[in-house]
Amino acid sequence: MTALLQTPLHALHLELGARMVAFAGYEMPVQYPAGVMKEHLHTREAAGLFDVSHMGQVILRGESCEAVALALEALVPVDVAGLKPGRQRYGFFTNDAGGLRDDLMFANRGDHLFLVVNAACKQDDLAHLVAHLKDVTIEPVTDRALLALQGPEAEAVLSALAPEVAAMKFMDVITTTILGAEAWVSRSGYTGEDGFEISVPEARAEALARALLEDDRVLPIGLGARDSLRLEAGLCLYGHDIDTATSPVEAALTWAIQKVRRSDGARAGGFPGAERILSEIHNGAERRRVGLRPEGRAPMREGTPLYAGETGGDPVGEVTSGAFGPTLGAPMSMGYLPSELAASGTKVWGEVRGKRLPATVADLPFVPARFKR
Amino acid sequence: MKFTEEHEWLRPEDDVIVVGITEHAAEQLGDIVFVELPEVGTEVSKDDECVVIESVKAASDILAPIDGEIVEVNEVLIDNPAKVNDDPMGDAWFFKIKPADASQLDDYMSEAEYKDMIS
Repeated sequence: MTALLQTPLHALHLELGARMVAFAGYEMPVQYPAGVMKEHLHTREAAGLFDVSHMGQVILRGESCEAVALALEALVPVDVAGLKPGRQRYGFFTNDAGGLRDDLMFANRGDHLFLVVNAACKQDDLAHLVAHLKDVTIEPVTDRALLALQGPEAEAVLSALAPEVAAMKFMDVITTTILGAEAWVSRSGYTGEDGFEISVPEARAEALARALLEDDRVLPIGLGARDSLRLEAGLCLYGHDIDTATSPVEAALTWAIQKVRRSDGARAGGFPGAERILSEIHNGAERRRVGLRPEGRAPMREGTPLYAGETGGDPVGEVTSGAFGPTLGAPMSMGYLPSELAASGTKVWGEVRGKRLPATVADLPFVPARFKR
Repeated sequence: MKFTEEHEWLRPEDDVIVVGITEHAAEQLGDIVFVELPEVGTEVSKDDECVVIESVKAASDILAPIDGEIVEVNEVLIDNPAKVNDDPMGDAWFFKIKPADASQLDDYMSEAEYKDMIS
């Protein structure tokens, strides 16, 4: 068995009493003594601090930022070249079958592109970039930690250390100095709340984390609450809600494919799986990712088969993520259903412990987003 | 009071046994969001799954510790599953079971033995 990797905040997690688990090859905190429920609620009421250093940070450099952006567009079906300096955008790598290899954030930082990819996919993503991007230098950033500060108090907390973050809008990126360390900050996150993601040199990560935790408004938050927060926000988790078999159209991510890359656009297609994806944008996909609200209190977890009727028939879909939403006060799931059953309000049945229980298709997010637009 | 390896406590009360989970178990499970109780009148055998507990992230089963008949369930937990975290040893009992064979309790641990096991 290979030893698990540790993040720069490992010692701090242990000191804070974290319960550690293996995740994507790393030892990560799943919760702290407060527990998943309190950590989740606190993030929506004040500010939560997350260690996301396990994720992959990558710098792409070339002749010019535009040249690099155009090169990356051959791998992602989004408008990279049109992204202005100081801005970040959501995207995904597609495969030849029109499925998804990973989802990611990419930012135009003036003279380079900065990518953040999922921990479980980072080696594959790097290999993919190296294999396909010609005339681009691909630099994995292995000496920086990544922290996320999320919640309505995040701006007040962080601006006490770095006043310039207060002027940032959702999806802005800046380089600034926090406690003497060069910090790459984006106003973004994975919770549906306002907040920031902060990349700092690994040697400075603990000092920054401690300084943030000194503020009464901040609690450390583990992966358990990270998952319930993102699910309430209707956000996909790669490997669960999206994978190599799901197209972005099926995954209800068409919004992220800007018009310029669609059939009538100036830079239409030119990415893996374009034929299927552009066709699905035009004609609709056979199935669709939806939100589900189980009627009772029992959660419908990942893998729960979904049926169109209370009795009989074969499963028509399945749950890909499911949990109890602490802010929602009810169970919530995401899953795939045939397009004809994907309208909000449609009643379906999930098989839980051998019994079919009713659930209703619901709009996402379950809890409204509060980004600083 | 007796304790099982599955972290259940058993408390004789008149001619029934009251069953719950220990503080240690409740803490390990984390915040409880849902409890599914058996139906009153169900006959259970030792080690049958009879209660489902769900925390935010995962589901767990409680097994019947002895053979018998479920004579009462704690309906309070249906609307207030968080009680399991607040008072696992008292108000958050799960069910009362009329034992088919009271000697089955002898298989289980004393409080001292249980404390030993979890330390």
